[in-house]
Amino acid sequence: MITDFVYWSFAGLAIGSALLCVTRRSPVASALWLVMTLFSISGLFVIMEAQFIAAMQVLVYAGAIMVLFVFVIMLLNLGRERRTDRLGWIGSAVMFSVGALIVLQLWVVRGSGPSPELVLPAGTLARMAEQQGAVGMISGPLFRDYLVPFEITSVLLLAAVIGAIVLAKRRL
Amino acid sequence: MYLTQSLAVSAILFGIGVAGVLIRRNAIVIFMCIELMLNAVNLTFIALAQQLGREGQVIVFFVMAVAAAEAAVGLAIVLAVYRHKESVNLNDINLLRG
Repeated sequence: MITDFVYWSFAGLAIGSALLCVTRRSPVASALWLVMTLFSISGLFVIMEAQFIAAMQVLVYAGAIMVLFVFVIMLLNLGRERRTDRLGWIGSAVMFSVGALIVLQLWVVRGSGPSPELVLPAGTLARMAEQQGAVGMISGPLFRDYLVPFEITSVLLLAAVIGAIVLAKRRL
Repeated sequence: MYLTQSLAVSAILFGIGVAGVLIRRNAIVIFMCIELMLNAVNLTFIALAQQLGREGQVIVFFVMAVAAAEAAVGLAIVLAVYRHKESVNLNDINLLRG
């Protein structure tokens, strides 16, 4: 019951912060509400036996990517936006209904789930986390079955760093 | 544990992200809504990883790495465009329009 309360408070916080992030006039306020959303989603990760991913979310997403966003917003010195910076009432209503349409399309498949022969017995992940540790649970597949994607990701990050530097230079 | 609830929360967050991308005109806020959509999908992967295996968490690891790379390059592009046009409003960035 405590877990239920914790879960729904994190979920409600995530959805509320996401709504606020999308509707603020100042970009810095949007960035800070997105940080709040990321923290709440990290809490949801912990409840669902993904402790390492939750820590990574806080460190990488909220701690590095969002800091980068705030840097860029400060660098460009964007103020609050003006009236023309977003669609009017009719346009906003149309776009919110597009978002609601997507949620409705996903709601149609709410009854489906993974086929029973693929589902692991309940508590498998919790037992794995206990035996191998939260980090060991990820690092096992990462360095054995998924070693090639891991190395390719490092090349991708190198390409992104070089690309970002080249794109942002004043004179090549 | 909490599979259907997490899928519902993920769908709602994804819908909010989509609405944000369509409504806002500031390029950086649109990037933030894209990150919100990526996080909604991460939540789906983690929720299903409980039932289908820890590979879901490994996928989330890679999604986070790719999202970091994409955010860096995308913001560099926004900076370069701002240097030319003095604005990040999408209404002003219309060079490709015929």
